[in-house]
Amino acid sequence: MVEGIEEKAQGVWVFAEQRQGQFPSVVFELLGAGRRLAESKGEALGAFLLGGRDIVNQAQALIAGGADRVVVVEDEALANFTDDPYVDTLEHLVKKYHPDILLFGATSTGRSLAPRLAARLKTGLTADCTGLEIDPEKGILLQIRPAFGGNIMATVVCQERRPQMATVRPRVMKRLPPDPNRTGEVIPETAPSSLRRRVAFLDFVAEIRETANLEEADVIVSGGRGMGDPKNFRLLEELARALGGAVGASRAAVDAGWVPYSYQVGQTGKTVSPKVYFACGISGAVQHLVGMKSSDIIVAINKDPEAPIFKVATYGLVGDVLEIVPALTAEIKRWRGES
Amino acid sequence: MKVIVAIKQVPDTAEVKINPATNTLIRDGVPSIINPFDRYALEEAVRIKERLGGSVTVLSMGPEQVQEALREAISLGADEAILLSDRAFAGSDTLATSYALAKAIAKIGDFDLLLFGKQAIDGDTGQVGPEVAEVLGLPHITLVRKIVELGDGRARVERLVESGWELLETPLPALFTVVKEINEPRVPSVKGMLRAKKVMITVWKAQDLGVEPGRIGLAGSPTRVAKIYTPVFDREAEILTGTPAEQAQALLKKLAENRVI
Repeated sequence: MVEGIEEKAQGVWVFAEQRQGQFPSVVFELLGAGRRLAESKGEALGAFLLGGRDIVNQAQALIAGGADRVVVVEDEALANFTDDPYVDTLEHLVKKYHPDILLFGATSTGRSLAPRLAARLKTGLTADCTGLEIDPEKGILLQIRPAFGGNIMATVVCQERRPQMATVRPRVMKRLPPDPNRTGEVIPETAPSSLRRRVAFLDFVAEIRETANLEEADVIVSGGRGMGDPKNFRLLEELARALGGAVGASRAAVDAGWVPYSYQVGQTGKTVSPKVYFACGISGAVQHLVGMKSSDIIVAINKDPEAPIFKVATYGLVGDVLEIVPALTAEIKRWRGES
Repeated sequence: MKVIVAIKQVPDTAEVKINPATNTLIRDGVPSIINPFDRYALEEAVRIKERLGGSVTVLSMGPEQVQEALREAISLGADEAILLSDRAFAGSDTLATSYALAKAIAKIGDFDLLLFGKQAIDGDTGQVGPEVAEVLGLPHITLVRKIVELGDGRARVERLVESGWELLETPLPALFTVVKEINEPRVPSVKGMLRAKKVMITVWKAQDLGVEPGRIGLAGSPTRVAKIYTPVFDREAEILTGTPAEQAQALLKKLAENRVI
């Protein structure tokens, strides 16, 4: 236990990860969730921003996204993420600012850095949370996450040590609409004097993967075993094209070899949160539902009116998916032509 | 090159359910397997031994039945196996688990590389690897998809990240967590299976590791599971009826009302 931290612990903080000065969208989702938590505790929302020279220029975007204050550390050792200098710097900042709650994105960076920092601080860390609430009686953070392939949900608490740390699954929390007129405090800090850099960052090679398409799409048309045959995925592609969306799939369709793993939505595939999600011939296994249930609108098309997918759907169309999907595509084309 | 691989025995996740009466996990009768991601770590260690010489030690923590998983690891090419098994470890969260594993690794002492799977499929946390590295004061790299160079006290690896991959270099000893892209694990050899039957598995208790009692088990775990439950989905979908064309029209009208098309 880090002496003295518990008594002083205050405020909700997020770690604002960046690559080459760009924030992944999870940073704004953390700010959205953090804002809600901070307000329910009556405390401020802070962000820790670490990077190379001029990273301070990105601080205003975090304030526009909901932060009250941004603590910025600029150091060449922090230009590219590696664990040693980031952990040393965050340890220094935690000991100075005493966060009660500290959130990270459940990204390749967050899931490497947060455990190392938690072990350094000898505090608790909950991985890949999909829900965060403040316990109304105790004021502690309720950290909600799926386990066992999404079949089970667990609420985890860290009662006695601080900060309460969590990594948060991307595309689950809602970001706030950015408010460029929002004001906040930007606090420059310096890195501790002897930053260790045992791991050398040599290169980053960007690779565009087809899955990025799925995760960013506003409309997703997903198919499951109920499509009957891999050839019928063409119907989904046509509907997706008419709507400017992407095609996804359930694990059953991927396991059957109908489409590649990169299409898979669910606990062991992608988590998606589009404006509209079409579940076509997908019965709705829990492991699928946890990957898409935060979509704004869910349309379920299935011949079985008892299928669990209707328990998460906004609109349900009971019937033959092979007839309904082409009817939808035709109707959209007609509607687009008229409007 | 001396490599230590940490493995976890996990239930076959798809079959785990909650007992609604007691609100606890039903594990009886659920088959146990080596965590699939740990198989890639083990395979990589065995390949390193085949290429550069040295040895592979597998380490796990859990009840006596975990010996089965360790014997399987021997059949897949590991040389020796160590099990941390003691009631005092029960209830450990990732921090307490990492502390115990780190103490065991320190006791083994002589190693160049620690390999872990990227996460276990039951807890899905991926935290134990980096936490062990921190307790030991060693550098770590997560999500390693390829070991490009290994030797002379250094390693160069490729690390898989969201938008591509990174090339990193670290001094050894170090800890890596590996992703499944790193290799294709082999099946057990006949010779390996015979060895697995005969091999003595070393079992260490808490006192063998010289642990501080407050840092293991429930006492050493800052996190608690306050509640487990089966996710409930109880939205009332608005059912749109009619012929396929009528259903399509009704849906389009709803989507237009919601301003999403």
